[in-house]
Amino acid sequence: MNEVELLNWVRGPGLNIAIGIFLLGTIWRLFEIYSLGRKKDLSAPRHTAGASGWNTIARRSLAPPGMLKRSPISYIGGYVFHVGLAIVVFLFAPHIELIENLFGLSWPALPSQVVDLATVVTLAAMVLVLVDRINKPVKRYLSTVEDYFTWAVTFLPVLTGYMAVKHLLLPYTTMLALHILSVEILLVVLPFTKLFHVFTLFMSRWYNGQANAHKGVPV
Amino acid sequence: MSRRPTVAEQLARQGVSRRAFLKFCAAAASLMALPPSMAPAIAEALGKLRRPSVIWLSFQECTGCTESLTRSHTPTVESLIFDMISLDYHHTLQAAAGTAAEQAREDAMKEAGYLVLVDGSIPTRDGGIYSTIAGVTNLQMLKDALANAAAVVSIGTCAAYGGIPKADPNPTGAKSVQALMDEGLVPRKPVINVPGCPPIPTVITGVLAHYLTFGEIPELDSLGRPTMFYGDSIHDRCYRRPFYDQGMFAKTFDDEGARKGWCLFELGCKGPTTHNACATTKWNNGTSFPIESGHGCIGCSEPDFWDAGSFYTALSAPADPLTLATSATVAGAAIGVGMSFVNRAKKGAAKSGHETATLKDLEK
Repeated sequence: MNEVELLNWVRGPGLNIAIGIFLLGTIWRLFEIYSLGRKKDLSAPRHTAGASGWNTIARRSLAPPGMLKRSPISYIGGYVFHVGLAIVVFLFAPHIELIENLFGLSWPALPSQVVDLATVVTLAAMVLVLVDRINKPVKRYLSTVEDYFTWAVTFLPVLTGYMAVKHLLLPYTTMLALHILSVEILLVVLPFTKLFHVFTLFMSRWYNGQANAHKGVPV
Repeated sequence: MSRRPTVAEQLARQGVSRRAFLKFCAAAASLMALPPSMAPAIAEALGKLRRPSVIWLSFQECTGCTESLTRSHTPTVESLIFDMISLDYHHTLQAAAGTAAEQAREDAMKEAGYLVLVDGSIPTRDGGIYSTIAGVTNLQMLKDALANAAAVVSIGTCAAYGGIPKADPNPTGAKSVQALMDEGLVPRKPVINVPGCPPIPTVITGVLAHYLTFGEIPELDSLGRPTMFYGDSIHDRCYRRPFYDQGMFAKTFDDEGARKGWCLFELGCKGPTTHNACATTKWNNGTSFPIESGHGCIGCSEPDFWDAGSFYTALSAPADPLTLATSATVAGAAIGVGMSFVNRAKKGAAKSGHETATLKDLEK
């Protein structure tokens, strides 16, 4: 298989399979999670200021008091790479073209130099949080294989995308094919790993906040 | 066979001045990215050269490659130089026909060391019966021609990669020259791929001039193309590239962006993955190239370009429709609902199996 055949495969059958598995897994897990149900709480709800699902969504999006100083890399690095990913994924012209092709939605793109900068910052932040995870004994102890695996499948699409655009290491066609392939791997594993937080993050925060609010605890 | 005249003799006979010949050599040198000092060397090498014998075999093709070469810009020094090679067999261009034509081919093949130029792919299904010349299958003719050949130049995407005849579902089992060699169906010889649909005429003559000057195969990329002509992508050499970088795209072929000459990426331009010299050498005597005329690159110098999805689908969009999406969604929902019943049953079983603990139990 030469690079053109590989590119044709990842743009055609490969993408078809990856999006198929992604949809299947996502719908499956969402159905399963939301159909679990919870036992009815028979206690009378308490009312405390600042205790609600929405408050928890907002509160947990910010570092708790003192934590920013104790673990700056987790918070700042984490924020930077998530925002960077959003910029790279949603504001790069070829990506918007893909979204428009799939969903019919489109919006203006950022100049590619700005996206380049966001990519470099994202990569650097991701490397930093990984190094921090390995260096801090507690974080290392808490880390499982899945943590490193999900880091890698998130990192690779950004890296290969950047290398394709910048013509690094391999010819553009090969790198573009590898970039799309790495995104397909990400799509396939996303529903079945902790990367599923893409869908569950805010809903679970709301749920926890609401459950605690019932008990009158603003967390 | 009588002594072949040298290129210089032949040119003089045809009234081409030394100056015109040197101009061609200088142009060839710059095209091949050689220093200008190489031009006299090319002139000397080409001038002294005895007309090398060339057998041009046309198989499953549309004659576009020959048209590209002969009708491009008439008459130029390039085409004259091409006349300088001894085109002993070309069934479209040669005057001889029928038995005489086939005789010319067989005569040319007696003297080893000739060049074989192939345009068109070679059918292999059912014994290769889908394309024959004078009752001889293309496969057999290529096999015979390659036996004493010095090298092969695959002119056009069909000969280089199979092209349109090889496109899905490939009813004739069409294959490229290189593929036949890889499968051992024809003798292995050095191959230079000059793909394009058709290739740029100056690239065809440039490759031949390089081979004749240096007597060796030029540096090739992983797909067998001379890097001097196919080293850069169209996108990297495109004059519309700044618009791509600024995110300025034509959305339709007649909108404001299209009129202002913005990037054609969203209209399906395959420039980023296409390697050819169109953006620099251009067509029709340097007039323009497809993107300059307002149409995106279709990627014709790449393998399987015909099967790479619509010419009008952006490179980042799916090449084929996502046929699995609907059934995957339905299957996902079905599994999800199924799992929810399993989970509820588990919960129900746990609840009904629950035994109330008594003080007695705790004292056990």
